[in-house]
Amino acid sequence: MSIVVDFRDVVAVAGSFPVLTGVDVRIDAGELVLLSGANGAGKTSLLRACAGLQPVSAGSAEVLGYDLRVDRRAPRRYIGLLGHENCLYRDLRVREHIEFRASVAGLKMSDASDSLARVGLDDRLWSAPVAALSAGQRRKLAIASIIVSRPRLWLLDEPHAALDSEGRLTMNSIMEEVASLGATVVFASHDKELSEQLASRVITMSNGRLTEDSGAS
Amino acid sequence: MLPEALLIARKDLKIEMRSKVALGQVAPLALLILVIFAFALDANSMLLKLGAGGLFWISALYGGTMLVQRSFDLESEDGNFDALRMSNIDPSAIFLGKTLALFVQIGILELVIGPAILILYETQVSDWLLLLLAAVAGTLAFAVCGVLWGVMASGLRVRTTLLPLLLVPVLSPVLLAGSRAFETALGVRAGDGWTWTGLMFVIASLHTAVGLGAFGFLLEEG
Repeated sequence: MSIVVDFRDVVAVAGSFPVLTGVDVRIDAGELVLLSGANGAGKTSLLRACAGLQPVSAGSAEVLGYDLRVDRRAPRRYIGLLGHENCLYRDLRVREHIEFRASVAGLKMSDASDSLARVGLDDRLWSAPVAALSAGQRRKLAIASIIVSRPRLWLLDEPHAALDSEGRLTMNSIMEEVASLGATVVFASHDKELSEQLASRVITMSNGRLTEDSGAS
Repeated sequence: MLPEALLIARKDLKIEMRSKVALGQVAPLALLILVIFAFALDANSMLLKLGAGGLFWISALYGGTMLVQRSFDLESEDGNFDALRMSNIDPSAIFLGKTLALFVQIGILELVIGPAILILYETQVSDWLLLLLAAVAGTLAFAVCGVLWGVMASGLRVRTTLLPLLLVPVLSPVLLAGSRAFETALGVRAGDGWTWTGLMFVIASLHTAVGLGAFGFLLEEG
């Protein structure tokens, strides 16, 4: 099985504040990994480091075979990142937004329509401005924007946030589906009950480092 | 790279068409500046005619700076900068696309304030070709510098106040050259307006070269 994330003794700082303080983790293709831990434990920083958005200041960090210390941008074309923010343009219509994301990924509108349908965004909403959507609908559109780019590595920070119970179940089934197709999913969540039954592996973080790893050999 | 640049430009212009910030808010403010100058210098209509070129560019500078700010606020809102960083799009294409969108928006702003100069300040155009090319050169230089300095300021919390502070000194040569070229085109100053127009194209070209090379780094570190 190929290694997707290979971090060894990774240290990262934001300004002068250490956010990762010696992270050792190896994640294989097809794994569905839950990052757990209290606020400020380093979950978001680890996800952003995997995406190459948080620079690594020490240690060895490889994602999808690319050395992040040499080129942080290289693996991004294969990564889908859902952060705390939804990365949506408020003044675009839903359809225009997803078309833009599909065009950026070099895909067609039919792919965009499929991804909107997959997250359960009713086609009546496709002509609505993004600003008119509810918080949950915006989260669904953000998830659809990830689906449309067909990533090999999914990095999801609180993917269930703002979603209703049906939306949460849909999110879980999407994560299971992409992992079963060989993609790797790493997600941070505070919803232990919903997430632990879904994840194939649970990693717990505290003070910028891993404290428990259910998949550690 | 060109299709990607057009994708970014189309997205920015579509957002502008929906929000109508340029035409609904910035253009009226730029017009208001011209009206205030018209009232302030009303007693000396000759002075208004002599200064019409400079007042046009001051008004364009004020409105254009707001459009630059707006162009980067779109990306700062809701984490869109991260989406741009994570996208497959070449940073040079993002630079060109945002420049093109700003060029169009500032150009539209100038189409509003240009006739106002002619009407309010009772000026007449003696060389339309020079006026048009000087406007294109100045707008291009403004857009290129705006995108380059806009991305530098975009990651900072104080960007709203910092951007004009960074941009105005950089655009001073454009302001000066634009004013001189317009004065010649409006027939109030004998001189080589074409040289000043050429200078603005040179400034635009230099900043374009720097932008194409440095935008990726600035986007990454912003």
